[in-house]
Parts: sequence; structure tokens; C-alpha cells
Amino acid sequence: MTAYIIRRFLYAIPILIGVNIVTFLLFFTVNTPDDMARMHLGLKRVTPEAIEKWKQERGYDKPVVFNTAAPGLARLTETIFFEKSLRMFVFDFGAADDGRDIAREIRTRMWPSLAVALPVFLVGLAVYITFALMVAFFRATYIDFWGVVLCVAMMSISAMFYIIGGQYLVSKLLHLVPISGFQGGVDAVKFLALPVAIGIVSGLGGSARLYRTFFLEEISKDYVRTARAKGLSEAAVLFRHVLKNAMIPILTGAVVAIPLLFMGSLITESFFGIPGLGSYTIDAIRSQDFGVVRSMVFIGSLLYIVGLLLTDISYTLVDPRVRFE
Amino acid sequence: MAFLPVMLWTDWLVWLLVAAIACFAFYVRRHEHLVEPWRRVLRSPSGMTSLVILVIFIVIGLLDSVHFRPRLAGQPAGAKAAYAVDVLSLLDVVCEPLRLRREKTYSAPLATHLFAKETMDLSDGRQVRDYPRLRHGGAHLKNPETDFAPDVSRRAVWGFAAGLVAWIVLATLIAAILAHRHGTGINETWRAVWRGETEVPWRAILTTLLVLLAVAGMAIALAAKYHLLGTDKVGQDVFYQALKSVRTGLVIGTLTTLVMLPFAIALGIIAGYFGGIIDDVIQYVYTTLNSIPGVLLIAAAVLMMQVYIDTHPALFSTSAERADLRLLCLCVILGVTTWTGLCRLLRGETLKLRNLEYIQAAQALGVRNPGILARHILPNVTHIVLIAVVMEFSGLVLAEAVLSYVGVGVDPSTVSFGTMINSARLEMAREPMVWWSLAAAFVFMFLMVLPANLFADAVRDAFDPRVRSARPLALLPRTAA
Repeated sequence: MTAYIIRRFLYAIPILIGVNIVTFLLFFTVNTPDDMARMHLGLKRVTPEAIEKWKQERGYDKPVVFNTAAPGLARLTETIFFEKSLRMFVFDFGAADDGRDIAREIRTRMWPSLAVALPVFLVGLAVYITFALMVAFFRATYIDFWGVVLCVAMMSISAMFYIIGGQYLVSKLLHLVPISGFQGGVDAVKFLALPVAIGIVSGLGGSARLYRTFFLEEISKDYVRTARAKGLSEAAVLFRHVLKNAMIPILTGAVVAIPLLFMGSLITESFFGIPGLGSYTIDAIRSQDFGVVRSMVFIGSLLYIVGLLLTDISYTLVDPRVRFE
Repeated sequence: MAFLPVMLWTDWLVWLLVAAIACFAFYVRRHEHLVEPWRRVLRSPSGMTSLVILVIFIVIGLLDSVHFRPRLAGQPAGAKAAYAVDVLSLLDVVCEPLRLRREKTYSAPLATHLFAKETMDLSDGRQVRDYPRLRHGGAHLKNPETDFAPDVSRRAVWGFAAGLVAWIVLATLIAAILAHRHGTGINETWRAVWRGETEVPWRAILTTLLVLLAVAGMAIALAAKYHLLGTDKVGQDVFYQALKSVRTGLVIGTLTTLVMLPFAIALGIIAGYFGGIIDDVIQYVYTTLNSIPGVLLIAAAVLMMQVYIDTHPALFSTSAERADLRLLCLCVILGVTTWTGLCRLLRGETLKLRNLEYIQAAQALGVRNPGILARHILPNVTHIVLIAVVMEFSGLVLAEAVLSYVGVGVDPSTVSFGTMINSARLEMAREPMVWWSLAAAFVFMFLMVLPANLFADAVRDAFDPRVRSARPLALLPRTAA
């Protein structure tokens, strides 16, 4: 199994390099640094000196991939590609437009993100599975039918409606929790309750419906018929046999999302004013801070690839039928 | 000419899509085995109800996809024609009163007065602070306090009645056609429809039409003299904006899949069929693209596109063209991030098909690879493509709103659900709240996405052989235990 994990790990490296190249192409070949500078400084009446200064401040004044002016190895290292793209592999992201170190910002901001995303993930998983199991238990009855209708209706509502509606109802009308903001320590509960609840509710429709199909697929298998033929009660069949087997696709599907929990959610964090990575990204997009966006793309991909790796490993852990080949 | 026709990029693609769908329908009609699954869709009440609602949206969207520039008035005859800068659509012409009747700023739905108090000069020189009357909304009322309620209810009743009459005419027409086709009497047909005994669920369709026509009648009757859904910050009618947003939503939901489809199909089939190093390369490409979180890739790509558009202003002659190109770019970018899923599905299916006897027989008979791909593989994966296209639609409409909020969506000058929500969001803190823009955007979006989801389910149930075979077992009554 160690060999298998090592092989999966090695397989992730070329993908990460691919991501790095894609981001590089996207940020430095579609537009030249001059274009970006002109855009940033305002389109009209930009002097060439101002552009040069802008590029120099951000380290964009070097050749893109090959520096003919530099000696020796510096021909490759004194370039935008090396400075801006390859450096990301050692988590050196440089400074944001406001002068702060991006890597440091990421390290401090990922905890508030996690504080929202982790409860949403864990409690959500429990809620969705319970709901789906209930609907599957009452399959082919009105409860099943209306359960699915509820899921489809909830899927059709914009995530922003849940947030705006929730803020209006809970914070503005009932005054239960503050509308937005964040604080460390015990006070955090007050600020996190609403975003977490809304995160769970807005994911209910899609996830519960998906999990229901997993359960129904298991229910139609032969071993379930055998279990019933042995005389087991429907509840025993469902909870002891079906639940266990249906957990395989559910868990492996969920594992890939675990590392991404650090990234937080863009709109939730922005609406609730939580100083996490999601709101950091939104602010960067709005102020066109290309350095931050580029770093977030890289970090997000990295976390996703780690998630894929974890998924592969978790497969082998929960399902003994999977061999390490 | 009184106008200059303008074909925006997305217009071309929208009409191309319409033509493609028409050709596909024509092709399907002549092949019995292809018609069969569509019959199953036709028999599904939820699917057909949703289709009726979707057709209304599609008609609005198509009306909004015929663009032109009107000729400027007041020019001497014989002079070289000069055309207005703003690009109008047929929908703008239909809704001309809605578009032109602008107020000063916010007003609530069906209001007769502005939302905010203003200082006004009375005729005798005194100044008062009060809610001023609207320029257009309810301007025909002499005394709003007493006339308002009777006028609104009278209009609503008349609109409802008009909708009812339209429905009766339409229903009779449908029944007559059905009776003619089946060779039965019209009374019998009515009875069959009423009892839900027809093959196509006409009862459900007619009920939907009744509700739609009644609501539409009331809406038209009220919108003629009032702002049905209020006005926004710059005094534009929210109802008109909601209607305009429909096209943006439809364009994003359909063109995105249209632009990504060729890549996904070609690469997926080729990877699955040839295997080996080709498969490895294609798998590597889509795994890499898939590894970048969707929103971030879109954000990065849109930011770069924005820089390009802003630094090359000379490429666009009107602002509508610029906004339109941005919309198209957004579709392409969304397509790049969403094609990987379909590509993987197609690869897997082709992998399965490749080893079946009939493909081997074709290979043994000397059919070349392109022939096998086009004639034997492609037709057998169409159902996957179709299911993916309809399933994708609703997600894309919802994604547009989120992206516009993040700031990487459509051009701010394009009316869309996202821009409506985005501009109304800031007014949430106002007391009392300005809720109508938000409500209109969310309700219209819901009305579009829910039928799309239900229709997608109906299509999937009809086309996916796995669902079909799993169904009888899954629907076994519980008492079997």
C-alpha cells in the first residue's frame, strides 16, 4: 500500500506543474505586463515612466522566460516565469498590492475560513445522510415524492437568496445574531451560527437528492434481497447493510472537499464579513490584485490535488475490494 | 431604411442553436428508435409542465435576440442615414412603454409615489417635505388615496378575465386539433383531457397554461399604468429588467454548453477509442484543468479578458457589442471549466463500447476509424451528451448570479439576474428595505431554474438506460420486506 500511495503522490506532481503552466499562460501571455500596468494606473494619460515604475514595484520588469542579459544560470532565474510561477512551489508568493506578504495573509486567514467551512461540512454531511436515508426508507410513498420535490425546489434557489433571506429573517427581524462580522474565541459562535446554518441549508437539496440515489442503488442489489429473505426487518436492512455500503460513494465523494475547506466560500464570507480566504479572494478580484488571485489559484489547485490523493487512499481504506494496483 | 439590423455574436450563436435544434428534431422524427425516448418525455406531466414554462422564457429570450439600431429622427431626406448608438431588440419594442417610463429613483411595486421624501415647492410658494407623485406609475389617477384600490382591483380582474378568455380559445383549439387527429368527437376529447386519459398529459399542460395566461393577463393590465415590480435606483422599471435578464440567463445556460460540446465530444471519444498515449495526454489535460477550482479559474480568466477588452477599446463600435463579446467570452470560459466532466463520461462510455462485438465487426470489415467514430460510437453516446446539456443548464444560470456578484460575471451594462442582485444588495440596510429588485431577480431565477431542473429530470429518466432499468426495483413497494 505504501508503494501505491507513493505512486499516486508522484502522479500528482505533473498535474501540479500543469496547473502552474496554465496559470502562467493565463496571467502573462494573454496580456503583457504593460497592459496590466495601464489598466491599473487608469487607461488614459499614463506615462511610460509610470508603467516602468509599476512593473518594477511588482517585479514584472524582467523578461518573460529567458533573460539574455544575465550571466549563467541567472538567465533562467532572473525571469518572470521563475520569480512569479516557479517560486510558488516553495510557497513564496511575494507581496500583494498593499505590500503585505501573501503567504503570511494566507496563513492567518485560513483559520476563520476553516471555522465556517468545517462545521458546515461535518454537520451538513450528517444532516444530508439522515434526510436521504429517511426519504429512502419511505421510498415510493408520498414522503419520498415530496422529499424529492423539496430537494429539487431547494436546488433551484440561488445560494445568495439563502444568505440574504437568512440575514434578513434571523438578524434583522428576530435580532438573534449580528448580521455580519467576526471575532475570535468564544464570541465566534455568535458570528458563525448563521453562516454555518445557511451553508447547511443551501447544500441540502443537491446533496440529499444525490445520496438518495446512492441508497436506492444499493437497495436494488442482491445482498439486500438476501437480507430481507433472511427475515431481517426493513430498518435492520437499511441501517446495518445499505447504510454501510452506500457510505462508500458518499465518503469518497466528500473526502475530496476536505482540503478545500481551508479556502472557505467566496460569497458566504463576503456577505458575512468573515476575514477568511474567500473574502480575501473576492477583495483581490475586485481590486484586480493579480498576484493574490494567481496565488489563490495555485493554492486551490494544490488543495484539490491533495483531496484527490486522499480520495484514492480513503478508497483503499473503506472498501476492501479495491486492490493497490 | 428605418433601422439597421445588428447581429451580435451571441445572436448568431443563439439562432445557430435554434437551427441546430430544428435539424435535430427533423432527423429524430424520421427515426423511430430515436423518437421513443422523446415520447417518454412527452408523457411525463412534470416534464411537459416545465417545458411549457420554459417555452415562454425561450420566446422572451428569442424576441430579445433580434437586434437593430433605429434611424435617428429629424434628418433631411436623401442624406446619408445615421443610426442611433443604442442597440434595441424586438423585446424593447414590445415593451417600449416599460423601457421609456423612467422615474427619478426607487418606487415600490404598484406605487403612486416615490419611495423617498423630497422637498417640493407648492404653487403658492410654500415648501413641503413629502413623497412626490410618480411621473408615470399611477399618473392617470386623480386622487390616488381613494382611486388606487378600485383601479388596481379593476385592472387585475380585467386582466384575469382576458387571460381566461385567451385560455378558453387556446384550449378549444387544442381540443379541436386532438379530436381531429384521433377522429373522436370534441366532447369525448374534452372528457379524456379532463380525466387525464390522454397519452400526452394535456390536463397538466392546460392547467399550467391557465395559470400562466391569467398571471400574464393581470401583469400586462397592471404594467400598462403602474410599475408592476417597482423601479430601481435610477428609476428603471424592475419588471422590464427582469424580462431583459431572461435572455442573459438563457444565453449563459445554453451557449456555454454549445461552445464546449465539440471539444468534450471529440476529445472524450478519441481518448476512449484509441487509448494509449493519446488517452494519457487527454486525461492529463482535463485532470489539470479540473484541478483548478472553477470559480478561481473563471475569475482569473475573466480578469485577464477584462484587461484585454479595456486596453483595446478600438475593436468595438458600440457598447452593446463590447458587452456582448464579454458575455460570449464568459460563456467560453465557463465552457472550458465545465467540459471536463462530460469528457470523462464520454471517455468511459467509449471505453465500454470499443470492446463490443459490433465495433469489432466493423473493424474486421475494414471500416476506417473516423467512420467507426462517427457512425457507430457517436450515435451511441448521444444520450449522455443530451443529459449533460440539460442537466448543466440550471447550474449555469445560478452560477451567473454568483459570478456577477463576485465581479467576474457579465458586463455591468448587461442586464442580468446577477447585476440586478448586485445593485440591489447595497440597499438591504435601508429602512424600510428596498426588497423588490432582489425579490424580482430571485423569483424569476427560481421560475426559470425549477422547470429546467424538472425537465432535465424527465429527459434523464427517458434517456438513461440505467435509470430505466433501476426504476422498477427501486419503486418496489416497501411491504415486499
